Amino acid sequence: MDYLDYVQMTKGQRIAYKIKSFFRGIPGAVGNFFRLIGLFIKKFFMWIGNGFKGYGSRFAKGDIGTKLSYIIMGAGSMFHRQIAKGLIFLATEIAYIYFMFSFGVGYISKLYCMNVKTTATVDGQPIDVFVDGCIGQEALQKVEDDWGTQTIVNPDTYDDSNRILLFAVLSLIITVAFFAVYIANTKSAYATQMTLKEGKKPLNFIAEMKTFLDERFHITLLTLPVLLLCTFTILPIIFTIFMAFTNYNEKHLPPGRFYWWVGFSNFADVFYSNPQKSETFGRILVWTLIWAFFATFSNYIFGIILALLINKKGIKFKGFWRTMFVITAAVPQFVTLLIMRLLLDKDNGLNAMFGTHYPFLDDGMWAKVMIIIVNMWVGIPYTMLISSGLLMNIPEDLYESARIDGANAVQQFTKITFPYIFFVTTPYLITTFVGNINNFNVIYLLTGGGPSATNYYAAGETDLLVTWLYKLTKDSKDYNLSAVIGIIVFIICALGSLITFNMSKASKNEEEFS
Amino acid sequence: MTNTTQGSTMKEGYAARKKAVNVAVYIILSVMVLIWIFPIVWLILRSFEGEKGMSSSHFLPQKWTFGNYIKLFNNEDFMFGQWFLNTLIVAIFTCIISTLFILMVSYAFSRLRFKSRKTFLNIGLILGMFPGFMSMAATYNIMEILGLGKSLVALVIVYSAGAGLGYQVAKGFFDTIPRSLDEAAKIDGATRNQIFWIIILPLSKPIIVYTALTTFIGPWTDYIFVDYFMKDNQETYTVALGLYKMIEKEFVTEYFTTFCAGAVVIAIPITILFVIMQRFYVAGVTGGAVKG
Repeated sequence: MDYLDYVQMTKGQRIAYKIKSFFRGIPGAVGNFFRLIGLFIKKFFMWIGNGFKGYGSRFAKGDIGTKLSYIIMGAGSMFHRQIAKGLIFLATEIAYIYFMFSFGVGYISKLYCMNVKTTATVDGQPIDVFVDGCIGQEALQKVEDDWGTQTIVNPDTYDDSNRILLFAVLSLIITVAFFAVYIANTKSAYATQMTLKEGKKPLNFIAEMKTFLDERFHITLLTLPVLLLCTFTILPIIFTIFMAFTNYNEKHLPPGRFYWWVGFSNFADVFYSNPQKSETFGRILVWTLIWAFFATFSNYIFGIILALLINKKGIKFKGFWRTMFVITAAVPQFVTLLIMRLLLDKDNGLNAMFGTHYPFLDDGMWAKVMIIIVNMWVGIPYTMLISSGLLMNIPEDLYESARIDGANAVQQFTKITFPYIFFVTTPYLITTFVGNINNFNVIYLLTGGGPSATNYYAAGETDLLVTWLYKLTKDSKDYNLSAVIGIIVFIICALGSLITFNMSKASKNEEEFS
Repeated sequence: MTNTTQGSTMKEGYAARKKAVNVAVYIILSVMVLIWIFPIVWLILRSFEGEKGMSSSHFLPQKWTFGNYIKLFNNEDFMFGQWFLNTLIVAIFTCIISTLFILMVSYAFSRLRFKSRKTFLNIGLILGMFPGFMSMAATYNIMEILGLGKSLVALVIVYSAGAGLGYQVAKGFFDTIPRSLDEAAKIDGATRNQIFWIIILPLSKPIIVYTALTTFIGPWTDYIFVDYFMKDNQETYTVALGLYKMIEKEFVTEYFTTFCAGAVVIAIPITILFVIMQRFYVAGVTGGAVKG
């Protein structure tokens, strides 16, 4: 199929062809996606392999100082007369070893069984349950089966599962960081050795510190943000992912009670083995996707139309119209959503004004439609704002030549305006779609996930995956289940955006992913 | 002769049609503005309503009063003044820390070239795909262990610790500043540190304003984290959570009009800030997104 064939087609054929080629492109995009993942994995292992190779060859070629620095950090630097630097490396090693032996190793060793050293008592009667190692878990499980629940232990005298998991993960992160410093130490020792060999003088300490303001300025800039990110974003995320494989729920709340590893059983629950949970998940997933689709495209299309109307030639008071809509976008979302919730109440607001009793938010179907409509009310001004800016950027001569060729307003829109905006906003569209899958505010503040559905597990009819996740965490304390949902949402978002990015022209080159 | 008359009638017909189209557009726009403005006007009018309860069937207040605004700061169930102060404190600290972080990270990713740059960018992309509050239970556990549970410090940390990930918009802006400026400064012997402070930052006022405003507004509108972190500790609520509590079932009849007054009080400054930064907003969303 070449260009000539395409030009000779009728309009209907062209549309059919475009649709066909879109769907034909999907397998390719998916394939490409997996190819990229493969490429990424290959690169990763090559990176590790090269790391080891460099590590070995540096050792082989190194002098005594460099070789020594493989065991005693900083030895190389001190051997090469960079005393201050050597002392810093040495101090790091000592601090790390001290930390691991006094703290880290203990928690990491407990990680495997999440074990707790204690004697459990039930209803005040001491029962000899030695909770130590994985055997202890069986004992705990037995106590639970016999008595309905675990006994509460004094949190001050016994370890709690949260601490074990959290500190173990923390120790692992610190170990990774330490390993990076360790490698930097061997590299630095070897580099200095090479400089000396060439007969040059290595940088003294002060000069080296100054590179942190110039050649190595990125380290200075990134250290603090990355450190905080590790502690308060990455650590919790890893912790949460681990949580998905435990039985951390209302029955096993630390401090006082213990939780332990249960493998993939939470995932099995969500997908098939627990009928109530899996049905809830299936329905909520379908609604989440429907919602994300309608919310994204309704806002997008009507936002652009609104922008076109306001920017139409011959329309006066453009500033006025725009300001009116911008004001509604500017009012904080939680305020507007709560107003809407009150306005759409069954007995108050609009219903009271007209003396009616429409169940706007109290009936599943009504609520779903209303949510999408209210979301349009919330979102259209934003899209209008963004596409207004873009409309002004379209080169005027494009329209000029189109007019000379006799194109009417509709043709100008379909041939120039829309393709242009669509091209520029594809990434925006993707982020909006992903954002809508994660859209917590509109649903939670408007309906709270309601109306309640009795056959759902801790969810209502309009709940999205994320609001379900929130309720599972906050209300029913099913931390393990909420972690599973979080992981699933992550996978959906990641797959969605990677595949679409892949298909859009915005990132055709592979470099973006390598 | 005939030609010109024909031409002018054609022109007249064209003009008439154009006028009709414009009138139609005006009508559509007016109706839309009415729909969009209605809830906000309703909110403002309710905040001046003297009658209690929310089942009023009138659009205009039955009895005009300013009492709701007084009651907002002076009642026995809610401490709106305290919440306002809490939010202001959290917002100021979040704004300062986050803006600094975002500028630092975006400058590093935009202007500096180092070995692990791509890796960092990809990790940032992946981290951004986790639902923001997925790990809030874990974060809360960490805060408890640090002794910061139910405190405002915890909120500041939560809002600003992840700020490094919000670099896209500012990076997109930095990318548009010509590199030749850096090169020239480098030749003159400036370090990258000096380039950042002396050359890039003064040129980046719009993006600094934008970043500062968005990070400042964030705490005023977040509901999720406050709700989970503060539980029932009213003294450390922020306005968003507090207002939400006001319209819960047991309070809504008594406090509905007070809620409206509170919503107006919060909405006015934020609306003004948003209108100020709207021009940066557009450039940020589209410019940053395209470059990725």
